[in-house]
Amino acid sequence: MFMIFGIPGPLLFGQLLLGLINGAFYAMLSLGLAVIFGMLNIINFAHGALFMMGAFVAWMLLNYIGIGYFPALILAPLIVGAFGILLEKTIISRLYKLDHLYGLLLTFGLSLVIEGLFRNGYGSSGLPYRIPAALQGAMDLGFMFMPIYRGWVVLAAAVVCLATWAIIEKTSLGATLRAATENAPLVQAFGVNVPRLITLTYGGGIALAAFAGVLAAPIYSVNPNMGTNFINTVFAVVVIGGMGSILGSIVTGFALGVVEGLTKVFYPQASATVVFVVMVIVLLTRPRGLFGKAA
Amino acid sequence: MNVSRRAITLGGLAAAAGTIAPLTAGRAQARPVIRVGCLTDMSGPYKDLAGPGAVSAIKQAIQEFGVAGKGFDVEVLVADHLNKPDVGTTVARQWFDRDGVDVIVEVANSGVALAVANVAKEKNKVYLNTGAATSDLTAAACNANTIHWVYDTYMLAQSTGAAMVKSGGDSWFFITADYAFGKALQRDTTDFVTNAGGKVLGGVTYPFPGTTDFSSYLIQAQSSGAKVLGLANAGTDTINTIKQAKEFGIKMRLAGLLLFLTDIHSLGLEVSQGIVLTDSFYWDMNDRSRAFSDRYTANMKGTRPTMVQAGVYSSISHYLKAATAMGVDKAKLDGAATIAQLKAMPTDDDCFGAGSIRADGRKIHPSYLWEVKKPGESKGPWDYYKAVASTPADKAFRPLDKGGCPLVKA
Repeated sequence: MFMIFGIPGPLLFGQLLLGLINGAFYAMLSLGLAVIFGMLNIINFAHGALFMMGAFVAWMLLNYIGIGYFPALILAPLIVGAFGILLEKTIISRLYKLDHLYGLLLTFGLSLVIEGLFRNGYGSSGLPYRIPAALQGAMDLGFMFMPIYRGWVVLAAAVVCLATWAIIEKTSLGATLRAATENAPLVQAFGVNVPRLITLTYGGGIALAAFAGVLAAPIYSVNPNMGTNFINTVFAVVVIGGMGSILGSIVTGFALGVVEGLTKVFYPQASATVVFVVMVIVLLTRPRGLFGKAA
Repeated sequence: MNVSRRAITLGGLAAAAGTIAPLTAGRAQARPVIRVGCLTDMSGPYKDLAGPGAVSAIKQAIQEFGVAGKGFDVEVLVADHLNKPDVGTTVARQWFDRDGVDVIVEVANSGVALAVANVAKEKNKVYLNTGAATSDLTAAACNANTIHWVYDTYMLAQSTGAAMVKSGGDSWFFITADYAFGKALQRDTTDFVTNAGGKVLGGVTYPFPGTTDFSSYLIQAQSSGAKVLGLANAGTDTINTIKQAKEFGIKMRLAGLLLFLTDIHSLGLEVSQGIVLTDSFYWDMNDRSRAFSDRYTANMKGTRPTMVQAGVYSSISHYLKAATAMGVDKAKLDGAATIAQLKAMPTDDDCFGAGSIRADGRKIHPSYLWEVKKPGESKGPWDYYKAVASTPADKAFRPLDKGGCPLVKA
């Protein structure tokens, strides 16, 4: 067995792959945050709670009406996205004219309320959600045992991330959206319904979080606190990638997953901190983030 | 059998209905009132294993004791300690100073538990801990106002650690939460494993709280070549570790060093089958425990009690007996004297059977090693454990002279 830095090679490759898998979640969540911040200028702290709701809706669909994993992968984001739209219409849209800080505080409060409600209704120790039969089992890659489901997560995340990037950067809808954030009155003058566009964008960002939630449900226990564990790291990812940068959040998400994975081999105690160390370094040297545009 | 169980359940319900009226009506006649404060986790990670179920168990103990005919009343206060020692001590002080609370019960979370023990001593009140794991409560931190009722890290480590080695699991790897509780659990278990002839091949300590992905540590554990994976963590962390061990096809035997019935319920048998764990109470272990649990379930929407919730019932039942025996007025006046009375009387209840309380405040009863059933072996909801081994009461806990509790010297 060959060694790299005193660690057996297979173990190291395994960790790289695992890092990529975790990175997939970071990428999906930070992408939604970046879209919402880039288009709406809202720092959406409720993202973790809505990620959790995605997992819970998948669980409810299965246990209350018997709808399985794959339909839930479409349905749960739609349902939670609709809930997001409701939040945007009724509450969040009132804060667009105010400082970012108000949006942050409001969504933080919302996330506490949502998590509290789920904790009251479903307890805190979590609910079981099985890996769908088609994705059970594992492949022996030689250097590690790779669960098929985890491979599916990376694949699904990569596809969704790329599709989102393509829609925003390469389509006319995306172009309108970007134009609306630059100069809303002008775009409105061309006959585009900007408020509706913004509402749909928020719903889309939330749907991304819910999609990640459904993907996470079979891996982690479906638990009211599952979003809180992710949200801090994901915010660091967004800051490192550059606030509002779509490509930045995707690349940084995957990259930081790998960095974290490697830390778990060399010094596990620091694995929760390493992302924030990177954040500090990036903020000191490139305050706009790795992919952020100059002001 | 079925008939008698149903009869008991109905009896419990009747008692429940019967005591509500005297509880409120009695107040006008200025009868003495014992105030019980349930300080627990009502919203965090331990909510399901203690929380509302613990409150329900207190009420059940009061109803079944039948205070109405005993010449005093009992009031129950509930507070959430949020797993923060400063919140816990603030509530405890308020309760003792302002609200006239006589006894604090439950307090899951070792950090809060140790802090509240100091307040109980300072105010000379009664403190019955059922939820905390740290064995320090009956060691250096013991005091004359505290009883540790259900389990502790020493009991868990001895039962699970030694039993696994005996059945061939002689090489271990630990996944440990990086804080006092996890490290204590790993330390205690390591002692038992090595004393029994096993060896520890390694371990990882991971950041707590906030870790959700354990796959990396599981791969490290697998590559160590150890036969047993010791989980020195609790709650959601343990649940996630077990789920992911299954997912990654980890071939090691899993030893849950602190697992509750509600954790297994959350995991489902498909994932948790075969795990070995230690509990001092399981609802389906004998006729008495089943009878108690049926009465509990009638109040708690179809859930079964954990050992912590059973401990709340057991401790409050015993407290009420002791307070009646010594006189309620006297019991309210002097916490240490009440604890002495609790220690002097043998304990006996549906949950833990006959037992006793040692000078250091350790309530002793047998500990049991359980294995989680395969899905096919389970006959219905909450039918999760099969018995593997047991340790008698006098051997289950740390020997009285080994803890260094100052109360023992006298």
